[in-house]
Amino acid sequence: MTAGTVIIGAGQAGLSAAEALRKRGYDAPVTLIGDELAPPYQRPPLSKGYLSRELPADRLWLKPESYYAGAAIDLRPGVRIARIDRAARCVVTTQGELIAFDHLILATGGAARRLPLPGADLPGVHVLRSLAHADALSDALAQARSLAIIGAGYIGLEVAASARKRGLEVTVLEAADRPMSRTASPLLGGWFGALHRGYGVDLQVSTGVAAITGSHRADGVRLMDGERIEADVVLIAAGLTPGVELAEDAGLACADGILVDAHARTSDPGIYAIGDVARFDSALYGRSIRLESVQNAIEQGRAAAAAICGARAPYDPVPWFWSDQYAIKLQIAGLIDGADRMVRRGDPEEGAFALFHFRNDVLIACEAVNAAPEFMAAQRLIAARARPDPDRLRDVTVAMRAFLS
Amino acid sequence: MAKITYIEHSGAEHVVDVETGLTVMEGAIRNLVPGIDADCGGACACATCHVYVDPDWMDRTGPRQSMEESMLDFASDVRDNSRLSCQIKVSGALDGLIVRLPEQQG
Ligand SMILES: Cc1cc2nc3c(=O)[nH]c(=O)nc-3n(C[C@H](O)[C@H](O)[C@H](O)COP(=O)(O)OP(=O)(O)OC[C@H]3O[C@@H](n4cnc5c(N)ncnc54)[C@H](O)[C@@H]3O)c2cc1C
Ligand code: FES
Repeated sequence: MTAGTVIIGAGQAGLSAAEALRKRGYDAPVTLIGDELAPPYQRPPLSKGYLSRELPADRLWLKPESYYAGAAIDLRPGVRIARIDRAARCVVTTQGELIAFDHLILATGGAARRLPLPGADLPGVHVLRSLAHADALSDALAQARSLAIIGAGYIGLEVAASARKRGLEVTVLEAADRPMSRTASPLLGGWFGALHRGYGVDLQVSTGVAAITGSHRADGVRLMDGERIEADVVLIAAGLTPGVELAEDAGLACADGILVDAHARTSDPGIYAIGDVARFDSALYGRSIRLESVQNAIEQGRAAAAAICGARAPYDPVPWFWSDQYAIKLQIAGLIDGADRMVRRGDPEEGAFALFHFRNDVLIACEAVNAAPEFMAAQRLIAARARPDPDRLRDVTVAMRAFLS
Repeated sequence: MAKITYIEHSGAEHVVDVETGLTVMEGAIRNLVPGIDADCGGACACATCHVYVDPDWMDRTGPRQSMEESMLDFASDVRDNSRLSCQIKVSGALDGLIVRLPEQQG
């Protein structure tokens, strides 16, 4: 019997790869190993509908329980892999069990970054990556009146919106001079900052946190300038550290992520990496990128499955992402780094607009706020490396469809 | 609870009971009806949960939401009865609903 494919990490990417293998008719064993107890689930609602209690846990599962047996996917929840033995072509669980593979897929995601702040280990200090984290945070919020969030990235801001819906007082502290500074344009970040302030969030930018205070449990934070902010609960929302440990220990090439090619292959041709943990060369952007999005997890999972099945389907995506905050839907297509020109369509004051970003006249990204046509059209234009006319783009009387012909 | 019939592009029919409060998209995912990808999990952000509502049921499923409308505008093979199934909430009034699936999503 063949050992088949072993997938480490039963998240969005790992499941996508397993599903795609079966859809392609792969008939060797598929083993999907994850250290969480929950079956594969969606993370996006953890900061949104699940945290605001509009969505129960059983609506997070990506597949019904019966799926796994039916598709002959051996789902092994609650099992953690301790190391990879490349020479013996097997992985070893923390319990010492050996699981052999012909192909191995690393879909280990990553860990929420904990900041090296005094007090960061106090009870009452939370991070948010997993369902267990969301449950802990949600329970804590039920007992709390105030929440301080360190970091105004997407997760920090989404939690702020959900906590406001639950009636908490919310302070968001951001070291940069605007929200979402790593991934969004200044105009968009500023607009979201104003949105949150309008909903009563105390958003403080250019604000460094010196420590989390409290003797037995967190009771607030102290800022660099000495000011103290009281909070019953503190959330550190400072991004993700990719889960490269297994790969590094096994000697696979890593650099802020596991390095893979367009077929999701690592430096060991029988070993693949996908999802948040994988860094690959984007032909579209001409540089190496690591994406943290559902789109990337799903599609790179499919690319690895294609490669294992001997198909040639190079992965060169137009990255896309969404975020829901209050009644606002943000959709971003492409990546804005390197843009040299921005074109605005629609009026930010009216709550629906899009920002198009160009580099050398080529459209490379679009940030769409309640503007789905702009987002959908931009995905195709970016893929085609198109050069839409900025003056027409700015003109809202020209329908987005017109740019696609 | 509502009985919903999903008809694949190939003609294969799936008749399933879907709990009130879920969406028509979730009814398909939970019952392993193939042909709906639902990449964004119902956030109305991906347009990979496209269905055609049986014309007799269009009154009861109601009109498209505005965000849904513009997402659909860019899906392939869109018709008058096209909907994003994650935006149709299941209720008793939809007992007997028939939806057809497109040849492909996206
Ligand atoms: C709160 C939150 C909100 C988000 N919102 C959005 C959004 O709106 N839109 C969007 O596009 N994306 C969003 N994302 C990002 C998206 O969820 C991720 O990009 C996606 O889940 C990545 O999938 P993955 O499979 O690579 O990693 P994960 O889903 O993290 O899966 C990795 C799994 O591997 C397990 N694992 C790790 N190491 C081991 C080991 N040694 N042994 C066994 N198991 C192991 C982990 O426990 C985990 O279960 C959000 C993420 C979070 C946390
Ligand atoms: S599931 Fe993504 S739009 Fe319906």
